[in-house]
Amino acid sequence: MEPSVLFLHVFNGLVNGAFYALLSLGLAVIFGMLRVVNFMHGALYMLGAFGAYILLQEAGIGFGLALLLAPLLVGLLGMLLERLLLRHLYALDPLYNLLLTFGLTLFLQDGMRLFFGIQGQPYGTPGWLRGAVDLGVVVYPTYRLFVIGFSLLVCLLVWYALERTRLGMVVRAATERPDLTRALGINVDRWVTPVFGFGAALAALAGVLAAPMRNVSPLMGADLIITVFAVVVIGGLGSILGSVVAGFLVGVVTALGALFYPALANTLVFILMALVLLLRPAGLFGNPEAS
Amino acid sequence: MPLWLLFGGLLLALPHLVYPVLALDLLLWGLFAAALDLLLGYVGLLSFGHAAFWGTSAYTSALLAKAGLPFPLAVLGGVGVTALLATAIGFLSIRRQGIYFAMVTLAFAQMVYYLANELRGLTGGENGVQGVPRTLWGLDLSSPLAFYYAALPLVALGFFLAWRTVRSPFGHVLIAVREEEARAQALGYPTARFKLLAFLLSAGLSALAGGLYALNHGFVALEVVHWSTSGLVVMMTILGGIGTLWGGLLGAAVVLLLRDWLSTWTDAWGVVTGVIFTLAVLGFRQGIWGSLRQWRRRRA
Repeated sequence: MEPSVLFLHVFNGLVNGAFYALLSLGLAVIFGMLRVVNFMHGALYMLGAFGAYILLQEAGIGFGLALLLAPLLVGLLGMLLERLLLRHLYALDPLYNLLLTFGLTLFLQDGMRLFFGIQGQPYGTPGWLRGAVDLGVVVYPTYRLFVIGFSLLVCLLVWYALERTRLGMVVRAATERPDLTRALGINVDRWVTPVFGFGAALAALAGVLAAPMRNVSPLMGADLIITVFAVVVIGGLGSILGSVVAGFLVGVVTALGALFYPALANTLVFILMALVLLLRPAGLFGNPEAS
Repeated sequence: MPLWLLFGGLLLALPHLVYPVLALDLLLWGLFAAALDLLLGYVGLLSFGHAAFWGTSAYTSALLAKAGLPFPLAVLGGVGVTALLATAIGFLSIRRQGIYFAMVTLAFAQMVYYLANELRGLTGGENGVQGVPRTLWGLDLSSPLAFYYAALPLVALGFFLAWRTVRSPFGHVLIAVREEEARAQALGYPTARFKLLAFLLSAGLSALAGGLYALNHGFVALEVVHWSTSGLVVMMTILGGIGTLWGGLLGAAVVLLLRDWLSTWTDAWGVVTGVIFTLAVLGFRQGIWGSLRQWRRRRA
C-alpha cells in the first residue's frame, strides 16, 4: 500500500474524529453539570448546520460569521429548552431527561423535515478555504485541515477553561458536589442554564463545520448521535479529556479499520465499544468508582 | 372472571373493530412494549436498543418463511437467532446501569442496523425483504383476518409468559434487584445472572412479536432495526405506564391508532410523536394504566 493512501485515511479519520470530539465534549460538559445525557445533541448539531445555511441564504452571512452566530443562536435555544422543560426533571432518575431529550429530538428533526424536506441542501466551501495543501506525504483539502485544526483549538480552549481557570473550578466543583459548593456561597443553579447552552453551542459549532462537507439535511445528526454515544462510552461519560481523546482516537482507528475491512466501516466503533466494556467498563478515562 | 371474558371477547372482536392488519399490530406492539417493561419496570433497566431484537427476528422469520417454513416455525427460528444475539449484547450491556445501560444498548442496536444495511444479499438493504409468505400446513392464511386468528395463540402465549414471569419468585427477585441490587446480592442472589436472564426473556418476547410483525405485513423494511423503532416502543411503554405490563397494550393502541388516524391528513407524525413523548415524560409519568390503577385504589 502506498504511504499516501495510508496518510489520506489517517487524515480522514482525524476529520471524523474532530466531529466526534466536539460532539462528545458538549455531551460531557452537559452531563458533568446537569447529569443529563442529551439525546438532542444530534438535532442541535443539525440545527447548527441549518443555522449556517439559513444565515447564508436569507442574510448573505458567510461561513466565518456563521461559525460564531449559529452556535450562539442554538445555544440560546438550548438555554430556553433547559429553563422551560429539562429543569422540571432534575429531581428524578436521569433516565427521564434522556427520554425527554429523545422526544425533543423527534420534534426538532421532523419539524425541520416539514420545512426543508428530506433532501440535503448544498453549502459551498467558503472561498478562503478552497483548494488543497501539499503536506509532503499527501495533498489534502484545505477545508478539512481547517476542520481538524479548529476543532482541536476549541477542545483545547474548553479543556483549559474547565481545568485551569477559576470559572472552570466553580463549574467542576458544582458538578462534583453541588450541595457543598452551595454551602460555600456559590449559586450553583445560576450556572446550570449557561452550561447547557454552552454544550448546545458546541454541538451547533460542529454542525456549522459539517455544512460545507456534508449536505445540510434534517437527518444529518440522527445516526451520528448514536455513534457519538459509543465514543462517549469508550472515553468515559463526563470525562472532558476522555471525550476529546476518544473522539479523535475512534475517528482514526475506524478510518484505518475501514481501509482494511471496508465492510466494517460503520460497525467498527461499536466493536471498539464492546471491547472497552469487556476490559474497562468505566471507559478509557472514566472513573471506575463514579458509576 | 367477567373481566377475563371481556378481554377475551375484545381480542376476538378486535379485527372487526379496526382493520385486521392494524388489529394484530396493536397486539404485537403491545407485546413488544410488555417485553420492554419486563426489563424497565421490573429490573429498572431502560433498553434503548430493543429494535435489535424485534428487527433481527423480523428478518430471520421472514427469510425462514420465504424458505418455505410454516409460520410458527419461522417465528420460532427468529426467536432462536435473536436469543443468540441477545446473549452477547446482554452479557456486555448489563455491565453498566441506568443511562449507561441505555446508551450501550442503543449503540449495539445501531451496530445491528448497520449490519442489516450492509448484508444486502440477505436483507435487501434499503429495499428490505419482500413477498414474505405465511403458510401453515395447507391452511389458507393469505387473508389478514385469517392470519390474525392464527397468530393470536402465539401472542397470547407471549403475554402469558410475561405475566407468569413477573408473578413468579424469579420476578420478585428482579424487583429486589431493581430496588436495591446490593442487598439482593447480600441475600445470595447472583444478580448479574438474574439480570441477564431477564434481558434474554425480554429480548425473546420482543423477537416473538417482531417475527409475527414481519409476517403480518409480508415484508420487512430496514426501519425495523432503526433506533426510532426502539424509541417508539419505549414511548408506548411510558404512555401505558412503566411497571404495569398490561399498560403497554394501551400505550401501543393509543400510539398506533393516533398514527393511523393522523397519517390520513398529515405527514407530521414525527412532530406529534415528539410532542406526546415530551408531554408524557414531563407530566404523565404514571401512564394510562398506572393512573387508572391509582384512581381505582383511591376510590377503594
